[in-house]
Amino acid sequence: MAIKNQIKQSLIIAFWFMILTFPIMVIKVNTIQNTIDFRWANLLWVGIVTFFASMVWNYFLRRNEAQKKKEIDDDIPLIHRLLQNDRFRRPFLGVVAAFFLAYPFVFPMYHTSIMISALVYVMLGLGLNIVVGLAGLLDLGYVAFYAVGAYAYALLNLHFGLSFWVVLPMSALLGTLFGVMLGYPVLRLRGDYLAIVTLGFGEIIRIVLENWDTFSNGPRGIADIPPPTFFGHYFDQHDTMIYIYFIVTGLVLMTIFFVNRLENSKIGRAWIALRDDEIACQAMGIDKFKTKLTAFALGATWAAMGGVVFAAKTSYINPMSFTIWESITILCVVVIGGMGSAIGVIAGALVLILLPEYLRAVSEYRMLVFGALQVIVMVFKPDGLIKSVRKVYTFNVQEKAIHEQTHT
Amino acid sequence: MRWIKISLGLAVIGIIGFFTVRELLMDPMYFFELFLGGLTRGSIYALIALGYTMVYGIIQLINFAHGEIYMIGAMTALIVASVLGMWGWNTAVIAILAFVFAIVYSCAYGFTVEKIAYKPLRNAPRLSALISAIGMSLFLQNYVMLAQTPDYLPFKSLIPDFKFWEPFAHIITSVEITIIITTVIVMILLGLLIKFTRIGKAMRATAQDKVMAALLGINVNNVISATFVVGSATAAIGGVLIACHVGQINFYIGFLAGLKAFIAAVLGGIGSIPGAVLGSLVLGISESYFTGYFYSEYEDVFAFTILVIILIFRPSGILGKHDTQKV
Repeated sequence: MAIKNQIKQSLIIAFWFMILTFPIMVIKVNTIQNTIDFRWANLLWVGIVTFFASMVWNYFLRRNEAQKKKEIDDDIPLIHRLLQNDRFRRPFLGVVAAFFLAYPFVFPMYHTSIMISALVYVMLGLGLNIVVGLAGLLDLGYVAFYAVGAYAYALLNLHFGLSFWVVLPMSALLGTLFGVMLGYPVLRLRGDYLAIVTLGFGEIIRIVLENWDTFSNGPRGIADIPPPTFFGHYFDQHDTMIYIYFIVTGLVLMTIFFVNRLENSKIGRAWIALRDDEIACQAMGIDKFKTKLTAFALGATWAAMGGVVFAAKTSYINPMSFTIWESITILCVVVIGGMGSAIGVIAGALVLILLPEYLRAVSEYRMLVFGALQVIVMVFKPDGLIKSVRKVYTFNVQEKAIHEQTHT
Repeated sequence: MRWIKISLGLAVIGIIGFFTVRELLMDPMYFFELFLGGLTRGSIYALIALGYTMVYGIIQLINFAHGEIYMIGAMTALIVASVLGMWGWNTAVIAILAFVFAIVYSCAYGFTVEKIAYKPLRNAPRLSALISAIGMSLFLQNYVMLAQTPDYLPFKSLIPDFKFWEPFAHIITSVEITIIITTVIVMILLGLLIKFTRIGKAMRATAQDKVMAALLGINVNNVISATFVVGSATAAIGGVLIACHVGQINFYIGFLAGLKAFIAAVLGGIGSIPGAVLGSLVLGISESYFTGYFYSEYEDVFAFTILVIILIFRPSGILGKHDTQKV
């Protein structure tokens, strides 16, 4: 009986979608040649696909509901449980390290290049995770700092001939400076007001880069940005790629280390507390504004460093690389991966950047699939692929009892 | 901090006042034309911004896919109008049918999008719903691009050049005056709907307190659906009107228009309907003056700059309530 009802429901949904998509899927008008093209086959496909999709969708939705009722809230994701287990952690990290070490030598250059982009996004994601995941500030203009880093390298190199290794720390400082500058006037705003203002800043920086010809060379961009050197020595194209790969891997490791240490530091705990309850936090004597500003500025630092690596890798930048869609992609990395969890962000970056690259085979449909996947992941896993786990301080009751006994 | 704000505010007002008076005295006609252009622009923003602000007021979600609903409205109107045009129907009938179809289909899309992408996320973290909305926006853009065409399509205006309007046509075209008048009518109807009808009262109640509204017997899910439908309808009207005005559309028009309308809604104080209208008019008119007197390539920069300045002075927008946080 239940099955029968489901089929009936799915049929109704399929019919609804057939009506809904009729003008756009079926009719195609050519206003120049004055012809109308009716593509009835599409209607059939829409019907069939939505029928099965709605069956699957409803099934999983029901299963999700049932699971939610069963489970208590301490479901720690598998990967966290495994990583907490010492016997598993060492070999696992060993395998991961070996994989990343061998990667550029095993796979051809094309794959190395894609992996570099993915790793840059890991860096950006971890940086944005400080702002969005830990401090709870919705930043839709993160790409502005990425652009600052990329243009800092391109311009400083063009005018002063500064090398990658000189610019990298400089750009980190510059990113922090920009973070403070942009953060200062707007961090008093709350929630979505902050989101739209940061989005505005991102767009402002892009439009200025696009129109201020004498400064940034406008929409033509800057070409011939040199790759990083190894103590003044240039590699050939192939080796450069591998070299950059290892630089990025190193930077990612550094980022993971820093973010991990920050998260459990005094300031990291202040961020999390601020995200969860601002008023309680202020009552505990935490300077709300200063704490937010630190998060914003530190996030900007990683973005700027990511920008430098990006410029060095592509050797050509123009404002089109820094549109709002870039900010949105980075935000998706953080949210789909799992807000506040470093492993989640890494997984999110690898999935979100590698997937569209390998979907190039169906290149026309890849953004369609990408959009649909975002909706699907969020509907079925609203906390992200790997959700964050709060650090739990275990408190040994027995020990305390003994301690008390000896003192009395 | 306070005196910085005050002196900054005075400086801004002084500069604006000086330029206004100077330009008004130099070329009153041009000044007036820019004003009307801004009014048209602001009216379109207002039609789209209403959907944003209503949805935000009820479920606190930035509905990123709203711009796409507007685009689908314009697209449907284009398709319907061209098919009927080729069948040789009367132009007046075509115009009416195109409007009707655009509105009906936009409403249906708005309804469906809410059911698929937002309803399952009602109790999820707010950012998840935002990402879902962004995904929906990407999906709809690409869906229209693949099913139709990535190129710009010429859009033949559905609004004729009225005979009786000819004496004024050099100041403001009949399309523009139609846009302004339609917007005023839509606003009045919407105001009446929100204020006096059953569903309007239910919407206001739900926006205030969802749980309490549900306890009083309001079907919250239906009210949310109704909000999406009403918002989509106004967006569709805006979409068709702007397409008549600009004369071409493609799959991507929804994004920028949506963004601007969202800025307008925030400017006015998001969640407030009069705020959205006021914010849209402020944004439209000031943009029109800025592009008329200064640089047109920095138009968007200017829009965001206004937003930042206004939010510094009024952190919840022009008409937004400054809600104190409670523990």
